[in-house]
Amino acid sequence: MTTTLQPPATPAASAPDGPPARTPRRVGFGSKLSAWDLKLSPYLYISPFFILFIVTGLFPILYTGVISFMDWDQIRGSGTFVGFDQYAYVLSQPAFWDALRNTFSIFVLSTVPQLLFAVFIAAMLDQNIRAKTLWRMGVLVPYVMAPVAVALIFSNMFGDQYGIVNTLLGRIGLPAVGWHSDTFASHIAIATMVNFRWTGYNTLILLAAMQAVPREYYEAATVDGAGKVRQFFSITLPSLKPTLIFVVITSTIGGLQIFDEPRMFDQGGTGGSNNQWLTISLYLYKLGWGEWNFGRAAALAWILFLIILVIGAVNLFISRSLVRDEGARDGLSRAQRRAASRAAKQRLAAESTGKGARS
Amino acid sequence: MKSRALRRVALAAAVASTSALVLAGCSGGGGAAAGSSDEEITLTVATFNDFGYTEELLNAYTAEHPNVKIVHNRAAKSNDARANYFQKLGKTGLADIEGIEVDWLPEVMKYSDLLAPVPDDLKSRWLDWKVKAATDSSGNLVGYGTDIGPEAICYRSDLFEAAGLPTEPADVAAALQGDWSKYFEMGDKYVAATGKPFFDSASSVYQGMINQVEAAYENPDSGEITATTNPEVKKIYTETLDASKTQSAHFEQWSTDWYAGMANGAFATLSCPGWMLTQIEGNAPEVSGWKIADVFPNGGGNWGGSYLTVPANGPHVAEAQALADWLTSPEQQVKFFQQAGTFPSQVDALKSADLLGAKNAYFSDAPIGEIFTNRANAVSVTPFKGQYYFQVNDAMSKALLRVDQGTQDAQTSWDQWVSQVDAIG
Repeated sequence: MTTTLQPPATPAASAPDGPPARTPRRVGFGSKLSAWDLKLSPYLYISPFFILFIVTGLFPILYTGVISFMDWDQIRGSGTFVGFDQYAYVLSQPAFWDALRNTFSIFVLSTVPQLLFAVFIAAMLDQNIRAKTLWRMGVLVPYVMAPVAVALIFSNMFGDQYGIVNTLLGRIGLPAVGWHSDTFASHIAIATMVNFRWTGYNTLILLAAMQAVPREYYEAATVDGAGKVRQFFSITLPSLKPTLIFVVITSTIGGLQIFDEPRMFDQGGTGGSNNQWLTISLYLYKLGWGEWNFGRAAALAWILFLIILVIGAVNLFISRSLVRDEGARDGLSRAQRRAASRAAKQRLAAESTGKGARS
Repeated sequence: MKSRALRRVALAAAVASTSALVLAGCSGGGGAAAGSSDEEITLTVATFNDFGYTEELLNAYTAEHPNVKIVHNRAAKSNDARANYFQKLGKTGLADIEGIEVDWLPEVMKYSDLLAPVPDDLKSRWLDWKVKAATDSSGNLVGYGTDIGPEAICYRSDLFEAAGLPTEPADVAAALQGDWSKYFEMGDKYVAATGKPFFDSASSVYQGMINQVEAAYENPDSGEITATTNPEVKKIYTETLDASKTQSAHFEQWSTDWYAGMANGAFATLSCPGWMLTQIEGNAPEVSGWKIADVFPNGGGNWGGSYLTVPANGPHVAEAQALADWLTSPEQQVKFFQQAGTFPSQVDALKSADLLGAKNAYFSDAPIGEIFTNRANAVSVTPFKGQYYFQVNDAMSKALLRVDQGTQDAQTSWDQWVSQVDAIG
């Protein structure tokens, strides 16, 4: 059975002067589905991760929050409500403030030299050197080593009385440094371990960003008479800004949670006789698995979360002006695009009724 | 350009191997049916450091009980074993038999209802202070005692000779007979003659002294912390640090520097319980000068010692208890002593001829059976260790280390320790 589609009759009042006015085509259900598909499928594609995260990640985070308000017995899995006592306890401990100081100190000592080295090494690797791939893979080898193994070896090297480093210092005539007794020295030792591990990783990320800089810029600069160093500071570094921000953010996240290296720095793993290298994560582990007081450990975990939020906000504020909003192709924000499409629809509707009214 | 047929074959192969893996993973983990005693079972034993349980010695049990297979897991350090133990106590994941150390007992006693009690008829097997420490308030003994740590003094006879001090074990024992002031006097002589440290660290001397105090940190009746106001604690603290100024090698015990010190003569004496012997031998294999003197200031002291516990929710509690019974029987413990120096806590073992005749070749054929039996008999004080003992003692070791390393002076360190102890609990 065939049907013949007739275009719907134009309104009686209209006497067409020009070409007959086109009424909008009736949108079938199939078209609606495909419109939804276009709008919803990005969300559906990313949802499995978020569903899994909610179940395995978000729930424990919220449960930790619940425990932080209780005096919790982990072995029996029960506790009594104590309000903000655990938070008050943690904030009143000198160990917490020592841990905060140590964490930031180690973080600064490990991030700044690391980035400087990484930028420098990446610039070297970007040049036309021999056996490029070998060098580029070589810088990643420290990253592949197990952090605990690296920490054990380095702590041995930084031994107070029989470590290699002190022996070498003695040979040059410098006094032995108390790597395990002096606070700042212990931070330098731990930062060295962190730098050893992460410099190669950051180098490769920065190298990739450097290689994305168009070569024409360098050619133009050479024509204008700029030397290599001037080119580095005026072309390479500004182009690296977004990547540097990414690297700083990942270093921040890692640096605030540093655990492996301080834990393996000495036998006890409790951050030194006077909390010289106790970091926040290490203090959390001490509260939870040293004293078996999970209420306090949970409170500290949430305090750490708040600290990271603050730092993240600072990061965001600083980098807002430097990095464009991702995902927009034409430079408009989401609200602006919506407004533009609404205006276009209104115009279309006005045009069609206008045309209809005219005829 | 892959042909469609090839792609289909590859897809089929992928599906087949994936499903094979999934099926293999889902099946297996065979249900342990509680069957008769002829049922094939596997018992896991978890220890740390060196209890002396070798493959060979454990096979003797398997020979008598062919249906039992023993799997022995050893943690490198007792701290790791402790973290694992309390993480899983009351839940799944612990071995059928778990070794615990006497330092954890106060915390273990809080959860004694989660452990299978030792049958009453076995209680007389062990020294009474060993049994008392592991008995909870309802009278259940929850640990099978393995070893104890009676201390003697290990010394470097070659370094003593260079300092003009007596070198034969008997002479050294005679010279050190008495209390701690005699020990420090000899230390002064040694330092004056050689200019090198006499003992390894302030905390090792301190722990020898504090373990001879009846109730150092807590009130046995109320459980309250009395450490900061106990004059004995302050006295021992001051004495230790006064001597440590010149006589201590300033090491942190169990650090790599400390191990190296055993080999290169950084200190001349060390408080030696039975289990320390393998430590010295292992870390200073080339050194021939280490000897053992049958003496300890104030007679004797106990450092360490372990128990075997059987978690009550395990799949084979009865069989595990039978194995624990065998492992801690006097005859077996003597064999483990000969293997690893873990001195028996069983009363009958202390009378055995095998034990009394044991010698250690590394320590110049020292009669270790005799020495440690004498030292064990000389232990007169069983220190009370309540639930805060571990934390208070830990803070004290740190306080001593701070002064030993030169980070703080004795008074500031003491004040910091007092404020830390006040925050406990």
